[in-house]
Amino acid sequence: MRYIRPLSIEDAVGELAKAVGPAAILAGGSDLLVRMKGGFIEPELIVDIKRIGGLADITETADGFRIGAAVPCAVLGENKALRQAWPGVVEAANLIGSKQVQGRCTITGNLCNASPAADSVPALVAAGAKAVVAGPSGKRTIAVESVPTGPGRTSLAKGEIVEAILLDKRPEHAGDAYLRFIPRTEMDIAVVSAGVNLTLDDKGAIKTARVALGAAAPTVLLVEEAGQVLVGSKLDEATLERLAKICSGACRPIDDKRGTIEFRRKVAGVLARRVAAIAYKRAGGK
Amino acid sequence: MNFDPRFSGRKFASVGTRPIRPDGIDKVTGRARYGADFNMAGQLVGRILRSPHAHAVIKKIDTSKAEKLAGVKAVITAKDLPDLTDGDAAMYDILDNSMARKKALYDGHAVAAVAAIDARTAREALKLIEVDYEVLPHVTDVDEAAQHHAPLINDQVFTEGLEEKPAKPSNITKRTQFGHGDVHAGFAQADFIVERSFKTEQTHQGYIEPHACVASVNPDGTADLWVCTQGHFVYRQHCAQLLGLEASKLRVTSSEIGGGFGGKTHVWAEPVALALSRKAGRPVKLVMTRDEVFRASGPTSATSIDVKIGAKKDGTITAAEATLRYSCGPYAGSWAEIGAMTAFACYKLENVKTVGYEVLVNRPKTAAYRAPSAPMAAFAVESVVDELAKELGMDAVDFRIKNAAQEGTRSSYGPVYGPIGIGPTLEAVKNHPHMKAPLKANQGRGMACGFWFNFGGQTCTDLNIGMDGTVSLAVGTVDVGGSRASLSLVAAEELGIDYSQVKAVVADTSSLGYNDMTDGSRGTFSSSMATISAARNAIKILRERAAQTWDIPVEDVVWEKGHAIAKGEKYGNLSPLSLKDIAAASGKTGGPIAGHSELVADGAGVSFATHICDVEVDPETGSTRVIRYTVVQDAGKAVHPTYVEGQYQGGAAQGIGWALNEEYIYGKDGRLQNPGFLDYRIPVCSDLPMIDTQILEIPNPNHPYGVRGVGETSIVPPLAAIANAVSNAVGVRMTHIPMSPPRILAALEAEREG
Amino acid sequence: MAGVAVSTTINGDAVEYLCQPDETLLEVLRDRLGLTGAKEGCGTGDCGACSVIVDGRLVCSCLVLGAEAEGREVETIEGMAHGDQLHPLQQKFLEHAALQCGICTPGFLIAAKDLLAKNPSPTEEEIRFGLAGNLCRCTGYDKIVRAVQDAANVMKGA
Repeated sequence: MRYIRPLSIEDAVGELAKAVGPAAILAGGSDLLVRMKGGFIEPELIVDIKRIGGLADITETADGFRIGAAVPCAVLGENKALRQAWPGVVEAANLIGSKQVQGRCTITGNLCNASPAADSVPALVAAGAKAVVAGPSGKRTIAVESVPTGPGRTSLAKGEIVEAILLDKRPEHAGDAYLRFIPRTEMDIAVVSAGVNLTLDDKGAIKTARVALGAAAPTVLLVEEAGQVLVGSKLDEATLERLAKICSGACRPIDDKRGTIEFRRKVAGVLARRVAAIAYKRAGGK
Repeated sequence: MNFDPRFSGRKFASVGTRPIRPDGIDKVTGRARYGADFNMAGQLVGRILRSPHAHAVIKKIDTSKAEKLAGVKAVITAKDLPDLTDGDAAMYDILDNSMARKKALYDGHAVAAVAAIDARTAREALKLIEVDYEVLPHVTDVDEAAQHHAPLINDQVFTEGLEEKPAKPSNITKRTQFGHGDVHAGFAQADFIVERSFKTEQTHQGYIEPHACVASVNPDGTADLWVCTQGHFVYRQHCAQLLGLEASKLRVTSSEIGGGFGGKTHVWAEPVALALSRKAGRPVKLVMTRDEVFRASGPTSATSIDVKIGAKKDGTITAAEATLRYSCGPYAGSWAEIGAMTAFACYKLENVKTVGYEVLVNRPKTAAYRAPSAPMAAFAVESVVDELAKELGMDAVDFRIKNAAQEGTRSSYGPVYGPIGIGPTLEAVKNHPHMKAPLKANQGRGMACGFWFNFGGQTCTDLNIGMDGTVSLAVGTVDVGGSRASLSLVAAEELGIDYSQVKAVVADTSSLGYNDMTDGSRGTFSSSMATISAARNAIKILRERAAQTWDIPVEDVVWEKGHAIAKGEKYGNLSPLSLKDIAAASGKTGGPIAGHSELVADGAGVSFATHICDVEVDPETGSTRVIRYTVVQDAGKAVHPTYVEGQYQGGAAQGIGWALNEEYIYGKDGRLQNPGFLDYRIPVCSDLPMIDTQILEIPNPNHPYGVRGVGETSIVPPLAAIANAVSNAVGVRMTHIPMSPPRILAALEAEREG
Repeated sequence: MAGVAVSTTINGDAVEYLCQPDETLLEVLRDRLGLTGAKEGCGTGDCGACSVIVDGRLVCSCLVLGAEAEGREVETIEGMAHGDQLHPLQQKFLEHAALQCGICTPGFLIAAKDLLAKNPSPTEEEIRFGLAGNLCRCTGYDKIVRAVQDAANVMKGA
């Protein structure tokens, strides 16, 4: 086993591309080290990306925000501009694990760990976030929802690293929110979760909407039909009912130690209603 | 020795105050040494290979590859722990649990172990051990295991306690029965009868410190064991017997203990560590991982309980009956028996009958967990009591007061009670402001009672007075939650000196006579009794030394407020001699001054508590939050009230976790699905409200200061109190613990669909 | 497996060590440096007993590699008191009996120190959520929360 700490993304990509055995990218390590401890992964190479220039920074660009792959989630919560623009993304990131874990974990790691229950991912998907992928053949920018392909699996090729997450500028009259259900008040993995991102027109009717569900299928679900049902509404009771029904129906959950199929279906709808109401209020809707 | 343990009703100077504990500084600075914090020169790392199967014959174990790995110093299997138990069935079970002999009986059962130069090598070595299993059908559910067609865990088990010896083996090891009167006749008199069945899932003690030890066996048969344990003398006996060592040559030192709650009352991996050390010829440190702690240590029983209670219109209970099935893991236990004893202990009953069945399952060996077996029985009984009160149209507290046991009541498990606290706790609850506080929508209030026996047992204490007049108190009961502070207070009280002059330590097994372990809420009860006795013996010597100094008869010297006083007008010119004065002169008056005590602390007073709980239930998700909680419990006498409160709060918190979220979840493959703190959900700080406490003091007549055990009773009422609160909040009677959100939501949906 | 040479600062002192690439900071602290105040309750970041502060961030040392400490500043429970002067949190934990077995105490103290550094006047709810990453099985948290409240008041007055 080797531990390396490259200073450039090119070096990191190069090392990963030529690695012979299993290789792991280390940012926050809050998933990687747990898997190593449990014996589920024994990497030959650990590439610590935290000292690569720019990867530990949040930068505000003309288009929005660029969140480096090594930025701990706690730092997202401390960034006032990001918190104001994307409160749903930030609240999701700040729900992962404990304060201790938030001091380490990253939204990029949360995305690439490819758990269907990842807290930040439904919020990122709802927000229309993009991932900047650096690899042996250059860089590409893809929708975050195209990164995970199943539990623990991603579309990333050998040698590829997600180096940053991009979020757009917050348009006028827009808001996002994230809610999850856990049995305790903290420290749990989402049993089911929902993220909603809305923009309103001048009259307070919903203009665009994206709804994503977590822990409801093998990957985080972007429920397009749920977004469509919101468009044009002012979130009246009937719309909320339809939203809940669509979300419950869109779920393809499993029975496991964290919850049952029936519970996840039912609560997905409940959370969708509740989170839509929060996003609507944040967007300035009344 | 003519020690008088009777309660004397004295006024206290030290007892009842709240000083800082003697071991506190080390614990807030990180210096306190727990099981894993000790090291020896040349120490190896021990690790255990565990069965992935719930039930399998071990056909062959090939350790040759592991033995050849560089850095591996010893590999052992059951062959290295030959059976020396000589027909002692309980010890054989402990041996077999430490290292499976013929069959792996649960997911996580130890099958082999290695000692290597470091953790990595040890882990590698485990992968090289080849075990040939023949996988057998398994059963993990208590009700399924009790069925005739269930896979047999041990074909030598024939149910004990039946009128006729059964012809076929079974997973039910024993039937026990308690009670008196005629329940048939009693139910015939009843105007209302409520009958229900309940289930509770298996929970773990959840101590934050995994089992850890350092074992060192020398070629001459002497050995040392450093270990986190609730009873180092018990561990010494177990290990000496299982390893064939002489008890006096095995010195066991109890480290600071990072929680036990019953889970560290018998040996697990310690015999393995000693066997590895013996084979390797070097010290071995063995620390369980959290995964191992959940899969292979602890848990309490899963249960299935039927309760039937009948009452007259005026609220008098006419009959009460319960059948209790408790899982024991794969080894015989007496868990249902204890449940059957405690189930109706709070009440005065003419006609009562309880029957317990001990059931074997392919799960880890059941261990004691704080008032073991009582919380589940109380959940079932107190739920039915609440429901019956509703049927009668009576207030839940008044109904209990009407039927509460009192002094002179014949308990449902046999003995006649002396002065007890159930009535006073109920009266206190009735008058508590909590009971009158307003509730909001989706909120509900519940209350419930609980009982625990409390233990006494063998106890030995040394009290040594230094020449500077300070006192070192050596006790043999492990301090699990501040008992060194309490026992120092007791020594100071009896000697009439200041708390700061006393320092209590837990002595190792070579420095003190045998002590039973810290269980059954006996630590402070029994060691305080022994401390009082030791102090009285020391006072006798102090008086003798004073008499000698003054050259007067010892009968004329009394001990008051830390001083020897010459009694009578004729000695008017003699100034009192302080303990310090006498100690300073001790070298010239006969040598060191000490008091010793060896006794069996009989007369542990039974303990009762009543809890009040408010919950808020989210009817759309089934999520339940405890928003207010009050514990009222009889302490006999609270020696250090802050630590008594701590016991009340801690037990309540564990009960809340059990009630709402904690459970062992097994897959169809018989493997534990949640062996970690992520998915075995003990309460976190944000889950709980402040836990209010009210200490009642109904003196135990069999202790000089009136002390009763306080550690365990607080976990007995919460399951029922919360179930009753949920029922009052949303109108569904929850019969399955934990009341996790999916269970509550399913119950609510079923109710809505009618 | 090649050892990694690490130069770091622990409780203000320069420290050098060699560790394996997969060795956690917790293992380094406990097994190589003799700093056993941080405890391993789970090894998976779920209990907080191994809490330390790295470059001003509260982390579980079981979820940090020893190699990652290169050039960082690490604070552990052993560095919390100033000489013989206990930190107010340590003093208040003693006075309130905010510990029973004490195994979780070092982690709680480090987490509480971090909490009060970021929020000197936390509400009860903020304390409870701020300390939710630290498990205690003995106390029911009541006396821990009160000790932190009391320490916050003392520290504000200081």
